[in-house]
Amino acid sequence: MIGKFKLLLGTCALALGLSTGAALADTELRMTWYNDGIEGEVMQGLLDRFEAENSDITVVLDVVPYKSIIESLPVQLAAGEGPDLARVTDLGGLSEHYLDMTPYLKDANYWRTNFGPFLKWLDPDGNAINGFMTQLTVTGPYINKTLFEQAGVALPGNKATWDDYATAVNKVADKLDIPIPMAWDRSGHRVSGPAIAMGAKMFDSAGNPALVDNGLKQMAQRLYDWHQDGTMSKDLWGSVSGSAYLGANEDFANAQTVMYMSGSWQIPQFAETIGDAFDWWAVPAPCGPAACTGMPGGAALVGLAGTDHPEEVAKLMDFLAQEKQLSEFYGKTLFIPGHLGLAESGVDFDTDDPRAKHALSTFSAAVPGISPVAFDLQGYANNRVMFNALISRLNEAIVGELTLDEAYERMTSDVEKELAEKERN
Amino acid sequence: MAQDSDLTFTGRLAGLAGAPVRLLFRMLELPLAAIQRGIGVRKMPWIFLLPNLAFFGLFVILPLFINFFYSLTGGIQLFPSDRPFVGTEQYGFLLECENITDPQTCREDRFWKGIYNTLVFVFFQVSFMVLFSLITALILNREIRARGFFRAVFFFPVLLSPVVVALIWKWILLRDGILNAFLVSIGLDKILFFVSPEWSMFWAIFVSIWAHMGFYTLILLAGLQAIPPDLYEAAEMDGTSSERVFWRITLPLLWPNMLVVIVLALIKGVQIFDEVFVLTGGGPGTATQFIVQYIYNTGFTNQVQNFGLASAASVVLGVALFVLTMAQLAATRRKDDA
Repeated sequence: MIGKFKLLLGTCALALGLSTGAALADTELRMTWYNDGIEGEVMQGLLDRFEAENSDITVVLDVVPYKSIIESLPVQLAAGEGPDLARVTDLGGLSEHYLDMTPYLKDANYWRTNFGPFLKWLDPDGNAINGFMTQLTVTGPYINKTLFEQAGVALPGNKATWDDYATAVNKVADKLDIPIPMAWDRSGHRVSGPAIAMGAKMFDSAGNPALVDNGLKQMAQRLYDWHQDGTMSKDLWGSVSGSAYLGANEDFANAQTVMYMSGSWQIPQFAETIGDAFDWWAVPAPCGPAACTGMPGGAALVGLAGTDHPEEVAKLMDFLAQEKQLSEFYGKTLFIPGHLGLAESGVDFDTDDPRAKHALSTFSAAVPGISPVAFDLQGYANNRVMFNALISRLNEAIVGELTLDEAYERMTSDVEKELAEKERN
Repeated sequence: MAQDSDLTFTGRLAGLAGAPVRLLFRMLELPLAAIQRGIGVRKMPWIFLLPNLAFFGLFVILPLFINFFYSLTGGIQLFPSDRPFVGTEQYGFLLECENITDPQTCREDRFWKGIYNTLVFVFFQVSFMVLFSLITALILNREIRARGFFRAVFFFPVLLSPVVVALIWKWILLRDGILNAFLVSIGLDKILFFVSPEWSMFWAIFVSIWAHMGFYTLILLAGLQAIPPDLYEAAEMDGTSSERVFWRITLPLLWPNMLVVIVLALIKGVQIFDEVFVLTGGGPGTATQFIVQYIYNTGFTNQVQNFGLASAASVVLGVALFVLTMAQLAATRRKDDA
């Protein structure tokens, strides 16, 4: 009896010891994430699979609003209190906080081969491997094709200019009493593509930022005029201040606007929220004298240098970055792949929606036409300094606090001031 | 002798609280008695204040000094040792103006626009809030029907979070909000409230008054109820007009409460941020961007997070609030002396 008791006690002690050991070996990784559409659910599915294959690692997906990624995450990282991984869009701006995963990856060459051009967006100065693009994006406009048809107004053709579109959407809005002929996201990134189309160079001959030139003025003047003549509603750009982002996706989804300048990341959301309520089409980037271009961009999943578990982070990233996982991720989320192999072989997008398919093909076709200036601007680590100065000062002109000329002066001085402060360290 | 009575009191307390507390008090008696012998009875209160002072100092006083130190540094690094010392450069940057009455001539125009907007907001918000709170308190002090219910109704918004308050009013005031739906239903045009600077400022003030008035009404109501009724009875017997009663009895006796209300409202007004930030985002343009939002934007939302400049602006704000508080103390002291 005593022998049996001892055996039981020993077994319990062993089991307790083993389970304690396993608990101690568990690593918890925290991933800060935001959603444009359903990508959080898709990522959670991939993480569940990773956890099933790696029982010693737990990954917690912290889904936060996009605003937190822009405003709170940088402060967390500066304080050394960030998560282990995060999905970011200020690709170069946060580069000092990224983990170089090169020593921990199974095959760094796989990463360089398939993510090569985008690795420089994350690490403008070096050769590190910090993460991969969860999506490539291209900015560009959507139109409510049903409204065009109902109004009997012809769609502007492939090489149409922004002025052509302004004329057309005003006709549609007048005929059908639509409150907002044209809406743009309140974002410097969104304005930059059309400005480059008008001839904006964004950098001087030495490669230093030079935001204000004739090209930018051409586009800024149009945006100013459209707000004064009612082509664009001041309610969207005017109702907030500073560099605050404001999208018009709800207005577009509710057929309150004929044309909406945003980007490819809206496709899954529109497929879900608009569905077949009306024909929403992405159209090629309208042209200016210099180009017909939008801005490239996207979101990346990066490892962060503050992590206590760099090996586990790299292990997770190695898993997620494989073609099998990424093909599923891009296919389900309807995102343009940021993986060169998949871009070449093609992704089987999980949709039967002809509007979503049309939009995906429109934005994919726009990629070769993107101006090199736009790529340079996207790759510039401090581009948000330029975007924020552009959007906030232009807005102050639009609501009548500054003249356009004063706004241009302030844009220049804002960029100089912020860059000087940054370089002081 | 004093020590004996203290011990008796302590013993009584301990008796009430049970054995563990009794044990704790017994354990404390010896060291406290030793300290008292060492520093004397007069300094003993400091021993009891020390834990709270340490806590307060760590989380309030120390951050004040840290903030001041940051205002003398530059760059974008968060850790103090990484930040270059720049002296009063950030203050110079903030205060550099060609014409102080025109924010556009200042190097940091948004700082001055924030100050200008804050002053306008505080002037109108405090004036109307004190007036409406007083009127409401006077009415709720009378024997009206359902007085308790109305007191609760006026106090209810105080219980709401500023963000909730702002979101409620945003839904009412948006282009497709309830108010515009009502305007359209009676044949009027929609008003884009957040596009006009005047409308935006009006609603910022209105919503702020709506949200906070109940608190100040409560303070004034307490003051009104503390006025001895026999003064009113004597005035009534003398046949004094109600207007004269208000100016000669009510207002003078309510003045200490009024002063508290005014100063609290002033301080809260200068610090305005959350509800207006959610309601208008500071727009249109910078029409409702107040000084605290300027500090927030400068320190946190810009890509280059300029903690030095934000700290300098918050020191300026702190000085303004300090002056207001001193003014309140001076006014209260004069009143007490009189």
